Amino acid sequence: MEDYQEQEYEFLRRLEEDKIDRGKLLKRGLAAGAGLSIFSLSDVALATRQRVLQEPPLLGRSVSVAELIAEAKKEGRLNVIALPRNWANYGEVLDTFTRKYKIPITSDNPDGSSAQENQAVRSLKGDPRAPDVLDVGPSFAIDGANEGLYAKHFTRNFKKVPRVMKDGRGFWVADYYGAISFGVNTAVVSNVPRSFQDLLKPEYKNKVALNGSPLTSGSAVAGVFAAALANGGSLNDIGPGIDFFAKLKDVGNFIPIAANPQTIASGQTAITFDWDYLNLAYVKEFPSARIRVIAPSDGLYAAYYCQAINATAPHPWAARLWQEFLYSDQGQLLWIKGYSHTALYDDLAKRKAIPKALLNTLPKYSKAPKFASRAQLTAARAKIATDWPKRVGS
Amino acid sequence: MDNLPRPAEAGRGRRLSLVWLGTLPFFAYAFLFLFLPAGQVLVGAFKDVDGGFTLENLRTLFDEPYRTGFKNSIEISLVTALVGGLLGFLIAYSAIREGTPRFIRSALITFAAVAANFGGIPLAFAFVATLGTIGVLTQFMANLGWNPYDHGFTLFGKTGIELAYLYFQFPLMVIVISPAIDGLRREWREAAASLGASSYQFWRHVGVPILMPSLLAAVILLFGNSFAAYATAYGLTAGFVNLVPVQIGFYLSGDVLDDPHLGQALAVGMFVVLAVMMLLYIPLQRRASRWAR
Repeated sequence: MEDYQEQEYEFLRRLEEDKIDRGKLLKRGLAAGAGLSIFSLSDVALATRQRVLQEPPLLGRSVSVAELIAEAKKEGRLNVIALPRNWANYGEVLDTFTRKYKIPITSDNPDGSSAQENQAVRSLKGDPRAPDVLDVGPSFAIDGANEGLYAKHFTRNFKKVPRVMKDGRGFWVADYYGAISFGVNTAVVSNVPRSFQDLLKPEYKNKVALNGSPLTSGSAVAGVFAAALANGGSLNDIGPGIDFFAKLKDVGNFIPIAANPQTIASGQTAITFDWDYLNLAYVKEFPSARIRVIAPSDGLYAAYYCQAINATAPHPWAARLWQEFLYSDQGQLLWIKGYSHTALYDDLAKRKAIPKALLNTLPKYSKAPKFASRAQLTAARAKIATDWPKRVGS
Repeated sequence: MDNLPRPAEAGRGRRLSLVWLGTLPFFAYAFLFLFLPAGQVLVGAFKDVDGGFTLENLRTLFDEPYRTGFKNSIEISLVTALVGGLLGFLIAYSAIREGTPRFIRSALITFAAVAANFGGIPLAFAFVATLGTIGVLTQFMANLGWNPYDHGFTLFGKTGIELAYLYFQFPLMVIVISPAIDGLRREWREAAASLGASSYQFWRHVGVPILMPSLLAAVILLFGNSFAAYATAYGLTAGFVNLVPVQIGFYLSGDVLDDPHLGQALAVGMFVVLAVMMLLYIPLQRRASRWAR
């Protein structure tokens, strides 16, 4: 690590901690007043966190990529978790990593959730099967970092990642993002809907599905958010999104089954809300379903996921090599091949490092999609937890 | 261990039988995988996020959506236990009674053993493929001019869940009730007939009373079986029909909600429902088996 970079990160870290501390102190004060200490961390977590902060395994001395590779090869394995092969082209990413560095990968619980990833770090501490690296939703990344679950690591390109998409202390960094889209199986639906309003038409009876319950699935929450944006709501008010799904249910268009690749291919869920990079992957995977991916003209909601390294990773070097690989041009282009926009997308685009043909496959947004902050997400979830079962459930 | 008789003494007096040691693995297993986790759930249900004692979690169970969750879970379990129980009994009886060719019975038992263990996501998808909006059977009926989805039917609701549960409920009934039906001796029926009893009288005074304890026990088993089922309902309706096990899942493994203690409180609520069922069952069982004493 170069000196000036070191200084910059130290500065960022201080800034970040300053900010956090002021907010946190206030919260802690309030919490203490109420006889609670929700926001204070357990002793164990604090100890772990301090240890991580004091001796970040690879920070403080410069590590060449060659050294990283050599050490990772000695470890001889990488454990990943919750990476479906058809998600953002992860299948090819995993295969390429193994081929390039001759390091085999154990891929655990590919359909797991972010909560399960953090839980795996906690409960498999010291176990050689523990995940080395994680790919979690932003709010889980923030929680995990505060709980001391992650190790610091600054990839070589860390600086080029937009400011809002990384943790200044280096505990996590955003990896890729997409916007909510409609995946339309045109083998079943001939008239393709363009907007949320279109979805209410009687011709779509029993045809519109989410990819899970917004009570468990982060991407289903995103679907409700997009509906809110299209119906007079905002990132601060997800209510109109819940109203929209209640209306969709009342007119009989909403079908309450969790969409998955099989239901999408068969047309059981003829119109599916999902990230555009996932829906676009289905286009290629299921040619006979003739899937069209529509970015709704009236509600563009996007979210990114985050990379983090397990603080107690059984293969710490391989974990860091994995991250270096992902944030190299090669790794970034592999994700882009999976139809997602990546954290370094702007940098790549500026350097014209993305082949034209590949660029054309990416979803186009008519205007900039909106990202929710952590506070907005928390508020939205609380609202969903109380209102969704009443309004949309039965 | 101190107060155990020493080997020499034991040899002189009554020998301490060591046969019970054979049950040790069972009790160790039950302790580790039943009592320990159940105890933990019980304790956790009374904790707040901070680890302090609270009754708030249990109080929340009476609020929406948990109240509906319990209502739906109990309703679906009762319906599928009673309908599945009746169906399973009738099918088992007609397969076992004298006069039915032997091979029908073995075919039924084989099928029941397979079907009773067919559940979870695969079962949900089997039903979606048959009775979903574009399912094979739905399409077939639509081609005949009667699409069930145009007449208020949907697989993706309570009825759908009940239908799917019945698929494993009645075979389970067949399996557990068959030995009891076997116990109905042919001689009893002949004796009743030779004393001039009609078929109704035989069942009213002999058949049903003899079978009643087994029938009750089987229905309770079916109730518990469907009360705890999770994956099938989730696969069919993604949790849009509020069921307690699905709600627990939201709290334990979801990406969105994170309050394991409320999840544990919900589990305690399930213990209570099952305990009440058992409490109802014991006097009924005693009454039903009075004739045997």
